[in-house]
Amino acid sequence: MTKVSMTVNGKAVSGEVEGRTLLSAFLREGLGLTGTHVGCDTSQCGACVVHVDGKAVKSCTVFAADVAGSSVKTIEGMANPDGSLGVIQQAFQDHHGLQCGFCTPGMVMSSAALLAENPKPSEQEIREYLEGNICRCTGYHNIVKAVLAASGQDANAIAAE
Amino acid sequence: MPKDHGIGASTKRREDVRFLTGKGVYTDDMRIYGQTYAVFVRSQVAHGRIKSINTGNAAAMPGVLAVFTGEDFKDVGGNPAGWLIKSRNGEPMREPKRPVLAHGKVRHVGDAYAAVIAETYAQAKDAAQQLADDTDIEELPAIIDMAAALANSSNRVHDEIPDNQCYDWGWIEDNRAAVDAAIKAAPHVTTLELVNNRLVPNAMEPRASIGEYFPGTGDYKLTTTSQNPHLTRLLVAAFVLGIPENKLTVVAPDVGGGFGSKIYHYGEEALVLAAAKKLGRPVRWTAERSESFLSDAHGRDHVTKIELATDLEGNFIAFRTETMANVGAYLSNFATVTPTFLHGTLMAGPYKVPHVYVNVKTVFTNTAPVDAYRGAGRPEATYSLERVVDKMCRELNLDPFEVRRKNFITTDMFPYTTPVALAYDTGNYHATLDKVMEMADVAGFEKRRAESAKRGKLRGLGLSTWIEACGIAPSHLVGILGARVGLYDAATVRVNATGNISVMVGAHSHGQGHETVFPQIVASKLGVPESSVEIVHGDTSKIPFGMGSYGSRSLAVCGVAMDKALDKIVAKGKKIAAHMLEAAEGDITFEDGKFSVAGTDKAKTFGEIAFSAYVPHNYPLETLEPGLEETAFYDPANFTYPAGAYICEAEVDADTGKVDILAFYCADDFGNIMNPMIVEGQVHGGVGQGIGQALVENTTYDSNGQLLSGSYMDYAMPRATDVPFYNVDYSCQTPCTHNPLGVKGCGEAGAIGSPPAVVNAVIDALQRGGHTHVTHIDMPVSPSRVWTAING
Amino acid sequence: MHNFDFLKPASVAEAAKALSADGAQALSGGQTLMPTMKQRLAAPTVLVSLTGIAELKGVKVDGRTITIGAATTHATVAAEAAAAYPALAKLAGGIGDPAVRNRGTIGGSLANNDPSACYPAGVLGSGATIVTDRRRIAADDYFQGMFTTALDEGEIITEVQFPIPQRAAYVKFEQPASRFSLVAVFVAQFASGVRVAVTGASENGVFRWTEAEQALSAQFSAAAIDGMAPPAHGMIGDLHGSPDYRAHLVGVLTKRAVQAAH
Repeated sequence: MTKVSMTVNGKAVSGEVEGRTLLSAFLREGLGLTGTHVGCDTSQCGACVVHVDGKAVKSCTVFAADVAGSSVKTIEGMANPDGSLGVIQQAFQDHHGLQCGFCTPGMVMSSAALLAENPKPSEQEIREYLEGNICRCTGYHNIVKAVLAASGQDANAIAAE
Repeated sequence: MPKDHGIGASTKRREDVRFLTGKGVYTDDMRIYGQTYAVFVRSQVAHGRIKSINTGNAAAMPGVLAVFTGEDFKDVGGNPAGWLIKSRNGEPMREPKRPVLAHGKVRHVGDAYAAVIAETYAQAKDAAQQLADDTDIEELPAIIDMAAALANSSNRVHDEIPDNQCYDWGWIEDNRAAVDAAIKAAPHVTTLELVNNRLVPNAMEPRASIGEYFPGTGDYKLTTTSQNPHLTRLLVAAFVLGIPENKLTVVAPDVGGGFGSKIYHYGEEALVLAAAKKLGRPVRWTAERSESFLSDAHGRDHVTKIELATDLEGNFIAFRTETMANVGAYLSNFATVTPTFLHGTLMAGPYKVPHVYVNVKTVFTNTAPVDAYRGAGRPEATYSLERVVDKMCRELNLDPFEVRRKNFITTDMFPYTTPVALAYDTGNYHATLDKVMEMADVAGFEKRRAESAKRGKLRGLGLSTWIEACGIAPSHLVGILGARVGLYDAATVRVNATGNISVMVGAHSHGQGHETVFPQIVASKLGVPESSVEIVHGDTSKIPFGMGSYGSRSLAVCGVAMDKALDKIVAKGKKIAAHMLEAAEGDITFEDGKFSVAGTDKAKTFGEIAFSAYVPHNYPLETLEPGLEETAFYDPANFTYPAGAYICEAEVDADTGKVDILAFYCADDFGNIMNPMIVEGQVHGGVGQGIGQALVENTTYDSNGQLLSGSYMDYAMPRATDVPFYNVDYSCQTPCTHNPLGVKGCGEAGAIGSPPAVVNAVIDALQRGGHTHVTHIDMPVSPSRVWTAING
Repeated sequence: MHNFDFLKPASVAEAAKALSADGAQALSGGQTLMPTMKQRLAAPTVLVSLTGIAELKGVKVDGRTITIGAATTHATVAAEAAAAYPALAKLAGGIGDPAVRNRGTIGGSLANNDPSACYPAGVLGSGATIVTDRRRIAADDYFQGMFTTALDEGEIITEVQFPIPQRAAYVKFEQPASRFSLVAVFVAQFASGVRVAVTGASENGVFRWTEAEQALSAQFSAAAIDGMAPPAHGMIGDLHGSPDYRAHLVGVLTKRAVQAAH
């Protein structure tokens, strides 16, 4: 076991990990941040996406020890400081962009990474960016709409075209 | 103006807030003091005889607390099939025991034959590997192909079942001779052989279970990923472990999707409970995704030959279907009803066809169990019907829209009893067809096709019209048909002293939005704000009873139970109000949250009545109990029959075989709508899954029974780039005639109606593109299959 | 997965030393290695992360050569190679998904040499040079069949040097599940001739389709290879496509790459 330290959602944290401890396990088991979900073992479903130093990564495919010293942001850090839903979260609620909620943390984190890179993505750019996030409930329609809306675009008009 | 609250409003989902902030609590998110970890040891071979399991090495490994094998459960009960189906000759189906852990033989890759409990997950995993190494299994020939399984009586999945057949079912057997005669005499017969591809449900949350035992009271608690905790309690308690039902609580907390796969009781649930009792510590298990692929109940997997007899103008005379349905290695709880009463009874579709006969042979194979998956039997029926109708239209050069139109049951014919014994109460199939044609601009298709052709692409348009029987449903009927349970549901409405309301419902939400929609109904009915109503679900210790959520039944059955409990609340409120207002009970009216004396301005608010019920100082105690809480059980008189028409436009790249879905249109009749936003979301999700089945999802076992598509590396899940925005309409409404809400159910529609629309569009594209030899391609219509069909 | 000691050296020299231990294995982005370890198909006892070595990171353009540090992520290549070598940037930007591209590296991809990976096609198609802590290896000598390379035990790729062609394109046809290449083709035109590298198709991993190279070197147009396809023998056959289908796709995608080259 070795000690790792990092910043998670703005707070300095540390914990004992094995070499094989995944970042997702460190967040869930070590820190109790169970909003990050694990939906597969082949690095494809994207339910575990978090930001490491501002970049979206699949936390099930990163060793905790490998990101020691980094700044990590999870779904628990996405609300506004007053606890209200952030813009992307609010857009997901407004547009019914989630059903069972299991893929949702990863979807929100990937969407946030997209909008940081590309503030006004097209429908196609959104679909391509979310290629590594699988949702079984929504058929993606309302997720794409939510991201369009979060970027300030008229999601209803674009979806109706 | 759209409504802003109550029935018919697109109220935003309250549950979203916790899911969007990472505060949902799914089973694997729970941490329990003293918890231990279970890992299952699963068969690597499809079929084998267990010669020996040496548990000694594994048991001695660091952190290992216990090791279980099939031997430990040989004296407890099996996990039963929920429906007893009889063969055509009157014999009952063959029903082999499904043990908690495999004993004697392993019967599919992934069949769990042992489990290790340890202090940590890693320790349990290491010991499970050791146990696998210390197990001697003699591999036997795998039985994978259904036809071969039926033909070969020497090679048996279950030694006591000689032909690997569960049953040979006819529906309706008395129709058979007339159907055969009608087909023989018909001017035209279209025949189609097709495969309804096996699917892996793939709810994004893998299955997980936590068992707890409380030695002080002898109580058990199972926290599990279930769509129906009461059914799980019944199965675990009464059938498998023999625990008194009142000593077992089953909790299904936030559940990350189900689609059928979490209806059933699985052996892992019984194991964690038994292990928790033995160890006196909580035992938890969460499936890895690769484990889910091997051990979740799969869906579909039919091989079908369907014949459609018509006159030369395309008027339907008869449908005759022969299907082999795979049930896998063991009977999962609904495995026997899915290919029969959820499939054969739908084989008239929305059509006034005089003759229908369905034969289904259900086959054991060395594959994972197969059971109901979103739509369950009805997608199989719809796919067979709509593909053969499409083929017939081409053979006779008839317009597919006109053919549907002239064969539809008309509105003046309801109630309409089909030749396969369903009684459709209401519908308007012409209306949804007209609507979808308008939405899809069918008239403008040729122009769009020409535009695609300029880009070198083949464009096609596919139509599917569908009907389903859902809101399952009347216990007296399903009992006659072989169900071993009733299919009512229940709700308790508890008005608290301060006027807010708790509603305990038997339905379980794992994405459907009950926590939002059910309060909308309460709010409309009682004239209270939605925010004053909380829904309690998923805990057998809190809710009266329930059969859970599947078969698009939550609203049409449980919602109606709640509605009936609300009626009782209003009735009691009127009695209290009559006393307080010194009026006759018959003069009290209830509207907008107020009990009033008719024709006067004397009134009491709902809150005042509730308070009085709990602080009964001025109350008719001699004739009325205090308190304001009512329970209703509701058993519907019939199934509900949603229906609709779907159009898919697709483009084929003939050089690569790739299909792109360009547009998808749905016109559905769900009866009355409680929350349009949620209805649309349900249709989107269903269509997404249907497109997945049609285009990319494929479960493949090799001849040795190895699952080749055992991870997302080889099992294609539809992604955001695979699907378009969908166009959804639900304005054609014929309210259900036999429930007071007039609702029908919308959860499965998209998955039922969409696959044939997609495949019909692909065939249309190829035909119009000159590849006239291609009359059918089995799903998934993958690039390689399309290219092979074109060039074959 | 099995446990191991995790090391994160700050220099190539330290990494090389760490990798000399028995059972040591290099870890770059981990996007392929980690799923393999979860399945217990790989079980190193020491894992040496290369992601902390600054000298292994970065994209440099020098005249007609672009040099990419081995631990440079796909996302970085997609962004920073876009001006100098757009076809290579597009290849990098199409690997996996955005989260995978933020971790996965060129060195990791090349060391693994998955038969369906994208980078082997870009490297072989460009005639790039793989530079290690010990030597320089020409792409033509580097790829030695699926999951097999010229690398010796413990040898670390430090950078990859790509000559920039006159025009090039990468066209990928995705396997619907994994989104790896079912077949993908990299076409690059140099003054000295045309190179065509194919990934996803062959049981021997990435290969050069020399017949098409000759035809395209004579005339760089889709018409020059009309109707051509490599033999199906030796192509991968699996549930996503037969050898015949893959061979056919090689022809189709090569034409499309020629049309897209710029």
